[in-house]
Amino acid sequence: MCENKTYTVSIYTENNIGLLNRISAIFQRRHINIESINTSSSEIDHISKWTIVVKLSEDRMKKIIGQIEKQVEVIKAYYHKEDEIIYQESCLFKIKSEFLFEERQIQNIIKDSNAKIVHVNREFFVLEKSGRTEDIELFHRELKAFGIMQFTRSGRIAVTKDEMKISEMLKVF
Amino acid sequence: MEESYTLEKKEKAITIERISGSEAIMKCLMAEGVDTLYGYPGGAIMPVYDQLYKYQDRIHHVMARHEQGATHAAQGYSRISGRVGVVIATSGPGATNLVTGIADAQIDSTPLVCITGQVSSHLLGSDAFQETDIIGISTPVTKWNHQITRAEDIPKVLAKAFFIARSGRPGPVLIDITKDAQFEEFDFSYQKCIGIRSYKPVPVVNKKQIEAAVALINSARQPLIVWGQGVILSEAEEIFKALVEKSGIPSAWTILGASALPTSHPLNVGMVGMHGNYAPNMLTNECDVLIAIGMRFDDRVTGNLDSYAKQAKIIHLEIEPAEIDKNVIADIAILGDAKDSLTQLLPYLEEKTYTDWHQKFKDLYAIEYDKVIKNDLHPTKEGLTMGEVIHQINLQTKGNAAIVSDVGQHQMIACRYSNFNITKSNITSGGLGTMGFALPAAIGAKMAAPERDVIAIIGDGGYQMTIQELGTVFQQRIPLKIVVLNNEFLGMVRQWQQLFFDKRYASTEMTNPDFVAIAKGYYIDAQKVTKRSELKSAVQEMMASVGPYFLEVCVEKEGNVFPMIPSGASVSEIRLE
Repeated sequence: MCENKTYTVSIYTENNIGLLNRISAIFQRRHINIESINTSSSEIDHISKWTIVVKLSEDRMKKIIGQIEKQVEVIKAYYHKEDEIIYQESCLFKIKSEFLFEERQIQNIIKDSNAKIVHVNREFFVLEKSGRTEDIELFHRELKAFGIMQFTRSGRIAVTKDEMKISEMLKVF
Repeated sequence: MEESYTLEKKEKAITIERISGSEAIMKCLMAEGVDTLYGYPGGAIMPVYDQLYKYQDRIHHVMARHEQGATHAAQGYSRISGRVGVVIATSGPGATNLVTGIADAQIDSTPLVCITGQVSSHLLGSDAFQETDIIGISTPVTKWNHQITRAEDIPKVLAKAFFIARSGRPGPVLIDITKDAQFEEFDFSYQKCIGIRSYKPVPVVNKKQIEAAVALINSARQPLIVWGQGVILSEAEEIFKALVEKSGIPSAWTILGASALPTSHPLNVGMVGMHGNYAPNMLTNECDVLIAIGMRFDDRVTGNLDSYAKQAKIIHLEIEPAEIDKNVIADIAILGDAKDSLTQLLPYLEEKTYTDWHQKFKDLYAIEYDKVIKNDLHPTKEGLTMGEVIHQINLQTKGNAAIVSDVGQHQMIACRYSNFNITKSNITSGGLGTMGFALPAAIGAKMAAPERDVIAIIGDGGYQMTIQELGTVFQQRIPLKIVVLNNEFLGMVRQWQQLFFDKRYASTEMTNPDFVAIAKGYYIDAQKVTKRSELKSAVQEMMASVGPYFLEVCVEKEGNVFPMIPSGASVSEIRLE
């Protein structure tokens, strides 16, 4: 019960200013670090979907879900284990263009990794890669040797294997 | 766009009139049945005050002497009446001064709607004069909050505010309204909010859980009920009493549950928790079924969770899902309004008496009486005790007064020993433990229940935190009884210093002013008692007073409150001395 694990939290909410404060305060107050957070539109019009990644015990996770659902503008919150979701993260690398032409190995890394070149000019090129956490970490390590001008990485986004019946919940209203 | 909330449907055509945002606030408040509000004026809320002038025959605004006092007054008003308390303040310091009262209302489930003025919308974020991010500041201590920058949003947001504050587990809501939105004119109409799609305030009681609970209760040999404020908030007192009487189960209360069942009821076995009664605390760890009704297993109730009622099956009746399994794992959780849940349970419970089990409570009470209660209520030593003051008040009010206590030793004594015949009569700051609560809360309570005797019991420390509200008492001519139990110490902290910090009395001794002179400075009749022989007649004079009355009782300096569960100890490790 006490072992910390990675959980992905899905939250469906009304699209309101200030809710980010309310949700993040729930974690902050309990001294839980948010590994990543993403909010976006969802499959339902005017409803936002949040994806939050945290590392904690399942016992605490359940209580946090209760606290999230207690918020007036939260429709429903779930937590998922790693094998219950399909997830992706995305990252961007800005690298000097000369490496692209002079370092044959970079070309191979790009080819093998399914990364995409999304921009090239004389000074630099930009690589985009999506994948699971470990794929991106590996790719990052491989490129690091050549020198990276800028690196950034998105929060996790995830869909669940099982259904989350939000539309039905809203119909009942 | 599809609306995310539902407004009440009116049969008659809705009237629309073109008015300012600030006038709309008056009309919204009246539509919600508000006739009294507590507040303090200032720059960013002036358009609203201008309307309060116009509407003064319909809405009574009570000017506090500090915004914190306004929130506590609104809390007192709400706690005695069950209605929503309303507070108004200006931006910046006016708004930040509300925070303590709002936090108190949040943790003690008190419905408040707080309206704050804000700088004009074009100034937001510019560090303008008296601008503060009160939405950001109040977020963790409100059930909901919202900033309005357009007058047209005022009716629907206030409708939601009242709905959210009073529904489900009640709580405080803060609405911040920019000054330009207060001035702006728009076409006003008002409909009450009756539902919000993302918010299900009252879970539907699950029949299967009721059946499981019935089976467990009917087969129990030593069941114990612990009830909290949920019984009062759902106005379930009658059905609760019927259930207690039919089931014959000994019933104990949390501090906020006090008065839901009369003190004198034979099945009322007293208070649980840190300074609660000996029997219900000890027997929490002997009962076989613990039925928790509308309470949240606060740490001051449970002591060490690892040794709290481990032998018992737990049935938890609760309206807020997040409270289930938060501190104590429930074997059976019945989600729902306490009144609904109790109504469904009642017909299936068997009539029982539990004679031997009751005897255990009586035996332990006898021990507590001998070691603690007797000495508190009928002392033979020289110094006056807080307990004998409460006892004298009981004798004269016959248990019909509402008692508003502050925080500390006197609060524990007031809650332990006050007699309550009437529900909603114990008004105190339970969860937050806010010193300074009692005087302003008693003002609100007396205004909401003018026919009742309202007695504020306050320590000399807490009294000086909101003593300025004597100005409100005087200006509003509120016939309140104020009792200060003066031990010239911050007594509870001193008690802990004595017991756990080798009597190192750091910053707990008080050099006090002439409290009687201060009261008289506000033209309030006042008296000071230093001897036992003067107590009875002084309380008599106070109770007979038509106007506000102040009574200072100088009690023993180093009295301690027992029983006591030391911090981190088990309920069954409760100490009698």
